[in-house]
Order: sequence, then C-alpha cells, then structure tokens
Amino acid sequence: MLIRNAPDLTEAHVTPREAYLDRRRFLIGSAGAALGAALLPAAAAAAPLAGIKSPYSTTDKPSSLSDITTYNNFYEFGTDKADPAAYAGKLTLSPWSVKVDGLVNKPGTFALEDFVKHYAIEERIYRHRCVEAWSMVIPWLGFPLSEVIKRADPQGSAKYVAFETLVRPSEMPGQSAFFPALTWPYVEGLRLDEAMHPLAILATGLYGETLPAQNGAPLRLVVPWKYGFKGIKSIVRISLVEKQPATSWNMENAQEYGFYSNVNPQVDHPRWSQATERRIGAGLFAGRQKTLMFNGYADQVAQLYSGMDLRANF
Amino acid sequence: MSTASARTGSGPRFAVPNIPRILVYVAGLLPAAWLFYLAFTDQIGADPVAQLEWGLGLWALRLLIATLCITPLRQLFRINLLRYRRAVGLLSFYYVLMHLSVWVVLDRGLDLHAALTDILRRPYITIGMAAFVILVPLAITSNNWSIREMGGKAWAKLHKLVYAAVALGALHFIMIKKVWLVEPLVYATIVLMVLGFRLAWPYTGGRKKARKTA
Repeated sequence: MLIRNAPDLTEAHVTPREAYLDRRRFLIGSAGAALGAALLPAAAAAAPLAGIKSPYSTTDKPSSLSDITTYNNFYEFGTDKADPAAYAGKLTLSPWSVKVDGLVNKPGTFALEDFVKHYAIEERIYRHRCVEAWSMVIPWLGFPLSEVIKRADPQGSAKYVAFETLVRPSEMPGQSAFFPALTWPYVEGLRLDEAMHPLAILATGLYGETLPAQNGAPLRLVVPWKYGFKGIKSIVRISLVEKQPATSWNMENAQEYGFYSNVNPQVDHPRWSQATERRIGAGLFAGRQKTLMFNGYADQVAQLYSGMDLRANF
Repeated sequence: MSTASARTGSGPRFAVPNIPRILVYVAGLLPAAWLFYLAFTDQIGADPVAQLEWGLGLWALRLLIATLCITPLRQLFRINLLRYRRAVGLLSFYYVLMHLSVWVVLDRGLDLHAALTDILRRPYITIGMAAFVILVPLAITSNNWSIREMGGKAWAKLHKLVYAAVALGALHFIMIKKVWLVEPLVYATIVLMVLGFRLAWPYTGGRKKARKTA
C-alpha cells in the first residue's frame, strides 16, 4: 500500500480543532446558508462531530477507521473497493442541497445546513453487512430518517420513500466511465414503515468526524438490517411516492437483488451463500462468522415483515 | 516436439538465451511470495483474504495464458520458448492450487461442508473447481516419464484439455463480481485470441507450411 507523506506541510497549516468547531457553530447558527456554504471549504476535510449515545448501538467492537474509509463500494467512483478513497476527494461537498418532494405537504429544496440543523446528532454503532458476505461495525453519526419524513408532512397516499444520489460525472469517474457499471443516478427506496423505523438513520458522520466522501458524504442512508447497498450515498433527493420505486441493483440484476434486500442467512445470493460472513479487520485467520437474521436486528424489525414470504420478497 | 520448430515459419529465428529452468520457477513464484508477504504483514488492504485469493487467481490465469502463448510465438515469430512451457504450466497449476487452498482454509475457514456446498451450488465456483480438476491430470503427467509411458500422441491429446481449463478460468473470473468488469473481459479476450489462433492456424499459411514439411 502506498502511503504518501506531505513533508512540506507543518503543524501551522492545520486548522486547530477549536477554531474549526467554532466556525461550524457559527455556520450552523447563521441564517445565511448561502454565505455559510460559500465559507465552507470545498471537499471539506473531516471535522469533529459529536453525537449523543444511543441505546440502539451495538456493543460489537467498531472496525478501524482505516478499514471503514478504504474498503468501500461506491460505484460512482469506480468498481474497485479502493477507488472511492482514491477518487472521492474531488467531490465538491459544499454547497450541497437536498430536495424533498413527492407526496408531502412541505416540499422544498434545502441547503444541507438548513436540512440537518433541525436534528440532534446521535451516535449509532451498527453492524454493516454487505451483500458480498463481508461485514464491519461502523460508529455512524446521524439522525432518524423518521424525523425528516415527519417534518415533510407526508400525505396519506404516500407508501414508499425514494432516494437519489448526485449525478456529477465531472467529479465522479464511475459516472463518466466508458463502461458504466450501473445506471445513474443511483436510486434506492424503502417502504414507508421501514423508513419510519427508529433504526433507519441518515448519517452525516462516523467516528466522531464528518462523513468522509467515500462513505457517502455529506448525507447517506443507513438501514442496518438490510444489505449495505440499500444505504444510498451522497443523497440529493428524497421523494415520498405511492408505488414501489425502482432501485439501482434491482434494475441491474433483478434475479440477484430484490427490493427488500434484508440480511437473511437463509436466502442465498445466487452466486454465494449468505449463511456466513467475513468480518473485515478480524485478520487473515479469523475465518467466517454466522450471519444473523436481519443482521442481528430481528427483535426490532421482524414484525415489519410478518406474513411475508422472504424468499419471494428477498 | 523437438522437431516442431523446424517445420514452422520462415525468416530469421530469434535466439532465446538458455536460462536454467529453475530460474523460471523461482521468478514465477515471486508474485506469490510477495502476495503472501503483504497479506501476513497486513499491507494488502482491509480484506486480506479476498485480496490474496484475487491475486493468486489472477496470476494463475496469467501463467495459464502464458503457456498458451508459446505455440503462437513459435509459429508466428519463430521465438522458441518450448523448453520453458512445462515450467510455466506447472507454475500456473501451483497458483491455482494456492488460490484454492486460500479459499478453503482462510476464506471458508476449513468448513469443508460449506466449501462443498458452494462447489456444487454456485456456478462460478463450480466452473473454477472444474478448471482445477482438469488441470490435475495435466500437472501429474507433466514429466518425461509420463510422456514415455503414455506415448507422445496420447499425452499431447490429454494436454489439449488445457484449452478447456483456460476457458473455464476466464469465465470464472468474469462471473466473480456483481457487474461486468473491464479487467476480466480483457483477459477473456486474450484467451479467445490464443484459443482462436489454434483454430485459425491450419487455415492460414501455417497449414501449407506444416504439410510441406510434415
């Protein structure tokens, strides 16, 4: 692995943590969101972000920050797991706006600062299970998706929530690739009751810092009982809709990726078993561990799917 | 086989320096040594098991393709590397063996039941395993004693199975990932070229020359 030093940078080049914190407080408090957006550095380096401890957190030991930030599936930046860390630094994270629309009484397009300021940041240490049968434990920082939906005031006809990722080929090499892996924009969706579940969060940070770009900055979905690809990254649009929305991996290969994609050790991916998983960071000789139903969140979420055939609705 | 070079091609012959075969084996095993070194010292990325599997499998395919390049090189460019073909072929088998061992021991954690289930149920693993099974008799008979015992014709016929093995290997590579990737398709194209050459050669000038001197 190539580790680059930057010997020409000294301590004097580093913004003190306190100054950064103060500036963030100033920005968050300021009414002039456009001004705030202009002041925030482009592709901002990770800034401290404190979170309230949550009873929903697991006691599993979190994966290392370097594993979490160097082993990513974010096909907008390339299909190799090292690509996002290599290329996501170019992504302009500020200004960033999020559109909330569809079957809601309070639609709008919000500057990110305005969008997130209503919510108290919580720390949610969640197990993360990728459909490729590996797992991590990630100390996310974020807030419940349900609060966002409540604030938008959904209409009675809303049954699903659809999400959309940024399309910006100039900064996302996977989107401008001659041979694109997926159809852009990346889209995802949840049933409304799934989205309202307290475990479903929108993350803005991890490990006490703002979210790194390769992990889906500035705003991503985290649904810990589903396979990782449901956690759509770099969200620009949240729509309340009546019909089940299209989802990227389902469009790519409906035989292998269903709409629900709940972690389920009893339903195999056609090309690999889901019964076990390899915990990233456990070491060369750790072998595999058993995958838990709904990734270990069955007590909290199983009732969402009572009466459903999870083989048909995979 | 010793006369093979005499009946092909025309023009000047490229002089290939006579390297001791042991050096081919040593050089061929260097990538594996490097991969294992990186894995054991935690320098191969967040998922060392997958990276090790990936790297060993890739070198297995590269070496298998290299063995299949030796005939076209000789027939098209009169570069004779025949004396190294067995070494390269055996090296590719060793890489397949290491790739499979890492999968069974480190990835599957020696859970033989799970491994067997995967081999039977997962098409891309079935295909990879089939390539390995095909290579076993080829590796076992890659010695002078076997050639003598089997007779040259039967031996050569058996070793044509390498065509099936390399095709399955390339297919296995394509099927591993969730989407169509460029890299496996590049390898598949190369495999199609080295196999296609063997189909096309008799219909080109090569056949005439081969007949004339047969």
